[in-house]
Amino acid sequence: MARAVTNQRKTFNTALAWGIGLLIFFPILWTFLTSFKTEATAIASPPQFLFFNWTTENYGVVMRRSNYFLHFSNSVIISVGSTVIGLLIAVPAAWSMAFVPGKRTKDVLMWMLSTKMLPPVGVLIPIYLIFKAVGLLDSRIGLVIVLTLINLPIIVWMLYTYFKEIPVDILEAARMDGASLRNEIIYVLTPMALPGIASTMLLNIILAWNEAFWTITLTTVNAAPLTTFIASYSSPEGLFYAKLSAASTMAIAPILVMGWFSQKQLVRGLTFGAVK
Amino acid sequence: MGRITLDKVSKSFGDVNVIPPLDLTIDEGEFVVFVGPSGCGKSTLLRLIAGLEDVSGGQIRIDGRDATETAPAKRGLAMVFQSYALYPHMSVRKNIAFPLKMAGMPQAEQDTRIEAAAKVLNLSSYLDRRPGQLSGGQRQRVAIGRAIVREPAAFLFDEPLSNLDAALRVGMRMEISELHAKLKTTMIYVTHDQVEAMTMADKIVVLQAGNIEQVGSPLDLYHSPRNTFVAGFIGSPKMNLIEGPEAAKHDASTIGVRPEHLDVSGTAGLWKGRVGVSEHLGSDTFFHVHDTGLTDVMTVRSIGDVAMRHGDTIWLTPQADKIHRFDAAGLRIA
Repeated sequence: MARAVTNQRKTFNTALAWGIGLLIFFPILWTFLTSFKTEATAIASPPQFLFFNWTTENYGVVMRRSNYFLHFSNSVIISVGSTVIGLLIAVPAAWSMAFVPGKRTKDVLMWMLSTKMLPPVGVLIPIYLIFKAVGLLDSRIGLVIVLTLINLPIIVWMLYTYFKEIPVDILEAARMDGASLRNEIIYVLTPMALPGIASTMLLNIILAWNEAFWTITLTTVNAAPLTTFIASYSSPEGLFYAKLSAASTMAIAPILVMGWFSQKQLVRGLTFGAVK
Repeated sequence: MGRITLDKVSKSFGDVNVIPPLDLTIDEGEFVVFVGPSGCGKSTLLRLIAGLEDVSGGQIRIDGRDATETAPAKRGLAMVFQSYALYPHMSVRKNIAFPLKMAGMPQAEQDTRIEAAAKVLNLSSYLDRRPGQLSGGQRQRVAIGRAIVREPAAFLFDEPLSNLDAALRVGMRMEISELHAKLKTTMIYVTHDQVEAMTMADKIVVLQAGNIEQVGSPLDLYHSPRNTFVAGFIGSPKMNLIEGPEAAKHDASTIGVRPEHLDVSGTAGLWKGRVGVSEHLGSDTFFHVHDTGLTDVMTVRSIGDVAMRHGDTIWLTPQADKIHRFDAAGLRIA
């Protein structure tokens, strides 16, 4: 029997959902609007919502003052690079843990997860010194390495959960049908796990794209991604809200667009296993 | 092609000994059924033959070759799984083609074989569908199709019908028997359902706790069960096993009488009891008889529609030549 939901309740729930949604979205909207204001209107009190003189001069200033495309390409290289390397390590790792588990598999998984509980600042000094010693400071390779290692536990966990959902019978059937281990992975496992691999990849690109702590502390100019680009507009000499907003909008726009087009995959990836 | 020999094959998982060393020969073209209660090791035994599990000891020979260490893919056996284990991302055609593709067969030959298999299994109009768009029975046929196209040395079936509903199960049972008659390939079939075993097998292997209790044709097992376990397991409804003084009269510690070998009377007979639940199937009637003083409940089969009600007194007489006798160890006394 369907649960009786009164219209009143439905209206209330819808309004509540919209309210929470708008509340979460508001900062992004406000940043977007502020980026089209002059510095004076940006700090005007009371704040002006829609009826101000729209201007694109902030974008012009930002483009002139910093090399957006360098930061953008750094962000792309770092997030995609760390994700691809992470997947190359995590797919075989998750495969073996899901299908050939040993006595300590659960412990290994917990141990990997526990590294995420460590506050990054706790290892900042040693990593900074190591990077300095081997000349990785302000290099894309260095950031790719750090972000790969930071996100690896999440990639392994997500893939492990996906692989666990694939019935072993099907892999055994492939073995009986004469497939070698290589063919089993290429023709059976990978196509079946593709949605999982795709959403893991998307989530990881977003995480790497938005990572600020390491990217800001380990870079200055050459390897600086968009996070550093935003940070450069929040100078201690005084805030320029409108320019900061323009920079932020330019930094989050690409990932926002990607997230918009892949939201179906993302939601499936994040709620996977939660609902049968 | 298709003779499989198990020589002192054993299997343990850690400290648990699932299959103590056992010997078994499966002849070419035979339909062999492994039957036993759940957890008796029948599926494990099948997986050992398939190569999906490694043996802990002993040797497996397929057509005389030692296959103990051979990878599953190289044993030349095909398996049909309980869950069908179809590749969900491939069409029916590609599912059936998969083993051929892995064997590197030319496309034209693949197509001929797929068409032939689809025709045999009534799948011709479904070849371009995905497994998710098929019913349980059709999926089962695809799984069988994927097995037959390879022309394997033997087919292994792991409880293939247990996910189907009762009516479909009877139909598929016939189809598999029919297929065996047509292909004449060795088939090894695992089930916990003794009716499937009795109806399909050339040879039944009854297993309990990893031990082979008896090997024989269905009627061998029915007429001369080697021990009380086989006597109780084979036959439906179960054989009545009686211990105590009544058994001692026959110089045995246990005697067994099948429900169909008891004559029923409302007035006179050897054993007196009270009718409990009766099950009317039309052609037969099964009575559950209480208070005989021999066992808790005795089951009796009577032909046709017999008018006896709950609580009526009933007299039972075993047919003298149909009494099975077992000794204190449960073994048959000849």
